[in-house]
Amino acid sequence: MKYAYYPGCSLHSTAKEYDLSTREVAKALGIELIEIPDWICCGATPAHITMHLLSLALPVKNIIKARAMGSYEIVTCCAACFSRLKTANYFMRTDDEHRQKVEQIVGEPYKGEVKVRHFLDVLVNDFGLKNLKGNLVKELKGLKVACYYGCLLTRPPEITELDDLEDPHLIDDLMRTIGVEPVQWPYKTECCGASFSLTKTDIVLKLSCDILQMAYDEGAQAIVVACPLCQSNLDLRQSTINKKYKKDFNLPIFYFTQLIGLALGIDGKKLGLDKHIVPPAALLGEKDKLAKI
Amino acid sequence: MKIGVFVCHCGTNIAATVDVEKAAKAALNLAKVKFSTTYKYMCSSPGQALIKDAIKEKGLDRIVVCACSPSLHEKTFRECLKESGINPYLLEIANIREHCSWVHRDRETATRKAIEIMKLAVTKVTHNRPLEKTHMPIEKRVLVIGGGISGIQSAIDISFAKFPVVIVEREASIGGRMARFDKTFPTLDCAACILTPKMVTVAQNKYVTLHTYAEIEEVTGHVGDFKVKIRKKARFVDTSKCTGCGACWNKCPAKVASEFDLGLCKRTAIYTPFPQAVPNIPVIDRENCLYLKSKKCGLCQKVCPFGAINYQMQDEIIEEKFGAIIVATGFTQFDHSVYGEYGYGKYRDVITGLHFERMANSSGPTGGKIIRPSDGKVARDVVFIQCVGSRDEQKGVSYCSRLCCMYTAKHALLLKEHNPDSQAYVFYIDIRAAGKNYEEFVKKVQNEYGAVYLRGRVSRIFEKGGKLIVRGADTLSGAQIEIKADLVVLAVGLIAQNDAAKLAQMLHIPYDQNNLFTEAHPKLAPVETITSGVFLTGACQSPKDIPDTVATASAASVKALGLLVQDQLEKEPLVARVDKNLCSGCQACIKACSFNAIETKEVEDRALKRKRTVAEVIEGVCSGCGNCTAVCRMSAIDLEGFSNRQIMEEIEVL
Repeated sequence: MKYAYYPGCSLHSTAKEYDLSTREVAKALGIELIEIPDWICCGATPAHITMHLLSLALPVKNIIKARAMGSYEIVTCCAACFSRLKTANYFMRTDDEHRQKVEQIVGEPYKGEVKVRHFLDVLVNDFGLKNLKGNLVKELKGLKVACYYGCLLTRPPEITELDDLEDPHLIDDLMRTIGVEPVQWPYKTECCGASFSLTKTDIVLKLSCDILQMAYDEGAQAIVVACPLCQSNLDLRQSTINKKYKKDFNLPIFYFTQLIGLALGIDGKKLGLDKHIVPPAALLGEKDKLAKI
Repeated sequence: MKIGVFVCHCGTNIAATVDVEKAAKAALNLAKVKFSTTYKYMCSSPGQALIKDAIKEKGLDRIVVCACSPSLHEKTFRECLKESGINPYLLEIANIREHCSWVHRDRETATRKAIEIMKLAVTKVTHNRPLEKTHMPIEKRVLVIGGGISGIQSAIDISFAKFPVVIVEREASIGGRMARFDKTFPTLDCAACILTPKMVTVAQNKYVTLHTYAEIEEVTGHVGDFKVKIRKKARFVDTSKCTGCGACWNKCPAKVASEFDLGLCKRTAIYTPFPQAVPNIPVIDRENCLYLKSKKCGLCQKVCPFGAINYQMQDEIIEEKFGAIIVATGFTQFDHSVYGEYGYGKYRDVITGLHFERMANSSGPTGGKIIRPSDGKVARDVVFIQCVGSRDEQKGVSYCSRLCCMYTAKHALLLKEHNPDSQAYVFYIDIRAAGKNYEEFVKKVQNEYGAVYLRGRVSRIFEKGGKLIVRGADTLSGAQIEIKADLVVLAVGLIAQNDAAKLAQMLHIPYDQNNLFTEAHPKLAPVETITSGVFLTGACQSPKDIPDTVATASAASVKALGLLVQDQLEKEPLVARVDKNLCSGCQACIKACSFNAIETKEVEDRALKRKRTVAEVIEGVCSGCGNCTAVCRMSAIDLEGFSNRQIMEEIEVL
């Protein structure tokens, strides 16, 4: 199993632990992730609020680099990168006018033929849950988590073509496989405030607080995410939220890859568990004697 | 041959764009045209008199009228010819209005085109043959498919005229959807109180035959002579012996979810759908009967005092003939499980309007209590969501289901009457209350019953703390709304029955992209179909409330009676004919015919000294569409009034 790996900017900076844990999990499972050489930013939110064409040309540029590597599918972990790459592909496939303009910019013909996958999709649908179970070193019994998908993984469905639109379950499936109990909660696809984190922090504090509250009310001890921005908003802002709304949340925010890594017997530090703002050590120590971080 | 050409001004409709005098003059240059003139309105009495006089005075024997579309006045002018003693089929209409004056501006070119159109008609009329209408006998019985309020009303109306009617209903009882309703808007009469007398009327009526628990298997034939195979599903209960005493269903141990009550309660495997069922004779549901599944039990047979239970009963197929068919198959509910935001149909306390009807009904599964199906607690805060599946191209259908606004208002009222402490919240897109006393009813519900109407959509429903949290937008105030509800009632739209397309194909009637049956004309022939002798009533054509359904039922009955009261069926002679000497028997025409109007026939070929298969048109069924003539490789088929020769010559003269 070989894939062209597109980490994106977040996984090289604020979400380093997502990148670390993804590579570790892939390595342990024999999934080969080859980083796209000389990749550039996907454009994320700034590109598509600036100029539609730019928001298409940047991802296409990256896809073309991946195409040059051979016949690999692209794997990405960041929900925003995933969304932008898939959106660009959708336009290249369905909109001749935009395709011609983008082809002119990037200097190569491209009709949206390179497949873009989320690592969740690869683990569940290519590698398979049964196979994963067979590779486990241990099961993380007794841990209750809320699986949180955010806005971009499933929306809009005709573009992302990933999971159930209103009630996604890929992370839940993975968690169940490694022995973690996902709680049933209604906020799987609520918005955390996303990139308003810097410009309108108050909105993010309110929305993220609601998410933390719902997870807490439904009995979750932690939240598991698949998006760097969701992780950052829920983890980094948690103490501010506690202060502003007089709460006492102490919910570690994991990437799904980190918990899978633990179940595969990978050392916590290698999975970046020391990089969290809300420290997970107590929870993991209590539930699982393994973690000494 | 003396052809007369009559050019109509149609007020200014034609004359403003076409120089009618010039056209009339030009006609005189055409071969065999002996007379031409113009008149302001050729279709008026003086206009027709003009034609009649000219026929008499000039000895004309063929007529061309240059006027509007033949679909409008061809009949008028044919009659005019007939009254003058000329065969009415020696007429041609040159459509110089819809095909010319209405679609052009330039007078000179329009006049030129009008003259060309006239030339075609003159050429064509030269080859017209005198034709006579044909006559066919009529089977004086009507088939009504569907025994809901629509079919019941149709049958009653037809029985008034003393013609026999057969109702075929697939459920065990007639009554349809209306039998499940509690009250009816806007007058709030009890649905059963106004429906059951009609059910009893048809059951007692000597002109009406009921085939319940039966389905249409096959329809062949044509207007006046439909041959219909009806499958009478095995009831496993002898209808001649059963008295409906109920001993069997009281003892039956097999319990399954009741379809009539939408799963809100159980029924037994031997059952009548509801207490006022007509006929009050149970059926055994073969999927769930312990005896029929595994030969265990047999209790109903033991307890039946009349020996009416017969486990050996088989489906029976009967064949009957009818002159006309009324389609009254009704509708089904949109399945809201495609709405993820409303919980994919998984939340037990998110119900549909029909569930609500059953709960509000005093003989329903809750005895008239409006409760939460999940825990049986009284529902206080109830959110109603309108347009679920309707007006939603993404997940449902694009049309408005027309009655949901009204039934939701009624539900809000009933809720308050049943649970005085309750509060109704209604999310709507628009209120469409366009019926007599409808708007007043909605206003009453808002003003006197305190229902809170919120204009906007619900974005999400989820369960928390034993309540349903309903989130939505109030687009009038711009506020986000969150309501902690006990119960959510979805006003799901009305859609065609699942097997509507299959029935339509059987009956050769068209249906639209939503599988709703298509009327012959949306305004002027709303209960007819393009297949003569087949009529539509009720919600199988488009969503309709009870008043509209009953109105269309009576309308369809009148149409059917209009056929039946005739001694014989008059048929246009413009049909296809096969020249057996030319026919190669390839049967391409049979495939091309959408009306099943062509059969094969063996003929003795004297030259070949053997039998040969050829095509033969059934005159009574042929609609004169011309498909067969176009596909015939041998040019063996010709259409009366539109012969190959006529069309070729029209092209040549152009």
